[in-house]
Amino acid sequence: MSALRDRLASGAFTITSELSPVRGGSAEAMKERARLLLGWVDAVNLTDNQGAHVRMSSWASAIAAREAGLEPIMQMTCRDRNRIALQSDLLGAASVGMTNLLFMTGDYPKFGDHPGAKPVFDLDSVTMLWTARKMRDEGKLLSGNELKPPPSGLFLGAVENPFAPPEEFRAARAAKKIAAGAQFMQTQYVFDVAAFERWVGALRDEGLTQRCSILAGVGVVRSLRALDFMSSGKVPGVSVPDFVQRRLRGVHPDSVGQEGAKLAAEVIAQVKAMPGVAGVHLLTAGYEKKVPELLEMAGIAGGRGPVEAPAPDVAAAGA
Amino acid sequence: MSSGPVHVELLPGPPADWQPGPGEPRLPRPTEPRLAPRSAYVVQRFVKPNWLNRRVGALVERLPLARRAFTVAERKSKEDLFGCRMCGQCALPVTGYSCPMGCPKELRNGPCGGVGPGGACEVYPDRRCVWVVGYERAASRGHADDLRRLQRPVDHRRFGESSWLNYWAGRDDHLWTDNDGLASPPVMGDHQ
Repeated sequence: MSALRDRLASGAFTITSELSPVRGGSAEAMKERARLLLGWVDAVNLTDNQGAHVRMSSWASAIAAREAGLEPIMQMTCRDRNRIALQSDLLGAASVGMTNLLFMTGDYPKFGDHPGAKPVFDLDSVTMLWTARKMRDEGKLLSGNELKPPPSGLFLGAVENPFAPPEEFRAARAAKKIAAGAQFMQTQYVFDVAAFERWVGALRDEGLTQRCSILAGVGVVRSLRALDFMSSGKVPGVSVPDFVQRRLRGVHPDSVGQEGAKLAAEVIAQVKAMPGVAGVHLLTAGYEKKVPELLEMAGIAGGRGPVEAPAPDVAAAGA
Repeated sequence: MSSGPVHVELLPGPPADWQPGPGEPRLPRPTEPRLAPRSAYVVQRFVKPNWLNRRVGALVERLPLARRAFTVAERKSKEDLFGCRMCGQCALPVTGYSCPMGCPKELRNGPCGGVGPGGACEVYPDRRCVWVVGYERAASRGHADDLRRLQRPVDHRRFGESSWLNYWAGRDDHLWTDNDGLASPPVMGDHQ
């Protein structure tokens, strides 16, 4: 039921991408954005109010993305909903065939556009994954109440930041998520390839890359301004190592974007060669239209390209 | 009396000269433990359930006044040493004695991805992440594997209870898995 699961199981190098929901109430606007990625990536993540900024809900955006012809991965964060709402929304998502679900704790409200909001954080990413696996495999809610029928075919995802302190604990933290139920895992921006390799190596040594597909997060630093912002410490979880900063600041300010794309293409080539890496996750930060260019540069666009959007469902349109 | 609707801004936002205050007193903030890791693990030997403290616990639980006094004493000492918030389901024995309830996200399963390069908390950058501190403390005494245990969700009904009495009475037995939870997927159990 999950094309993403099938693709990863086949062992083919897999490309996923972020697709940020629109700040607005129109499915058409969402589909327009989704079409930019059609044919280029294997699945897209519909973020859940990323950075604590209000956007269209991830389930509605995921439906729009699917109607535009993409394979959706619906993100759910624990920031805004308690265990009652999270489980209920998971059942709702399953009921409309959303099987790729990705769980994260979520950015703190103070970073968003409603800094005065009440933080919820009832479950964390590990207990949420655990709960989802219990719902699917045991057919029970966290309370033990039976589900009739249980959500079936769920493919559970997680995220990890291999570069944040305590670095020695990050592989163990990923292992906890895999034990809890994660079947695929996307990472934060990979700039420091050596540190990433250590992290993947630790998971590989425990045989965990067999149980969970690892997708390395890759993004393009598009300009000097973007670099300043990303290295300011104001973006939760994002840090740009000094050697990358030196390289990007060493070129003409007008060609930072080009150098950033080159750097991303190099990272993709390096992680692609690492055993235990199933694919890449493109962190587009709202610039979906740059994805094709990046894939071409990295030399992994082979066979991919724009495709015609699926014909609108006549029955649905007539209703 | 004026007629017509009164215009009220729903969320006018703070005034221009506003500076962030200490935050809501009940919101969690990271606190560095004041008990050295070595001492903490020594104390652990006595606090771990054994025949003596089980008997004491059972006795204290029978007498409401004693129970209240015991709970106050626990609160005072743990507030001072660990910034305890009396969740009533203490995780300290497996977190290097750094309290996870001081994490602004109340994470009981390890640090979030937002820890700053120096180990700073993402929400309170002038404080260190409770999990960075906990990892260092646990690793320094050979207990790093404790942090691999899967912790169950917090039961919010138990805030204010004495966690020692809960610990000794066996009510905390299933708060976390073994540290080899990877071998086979752990079972969560029903959480009513």
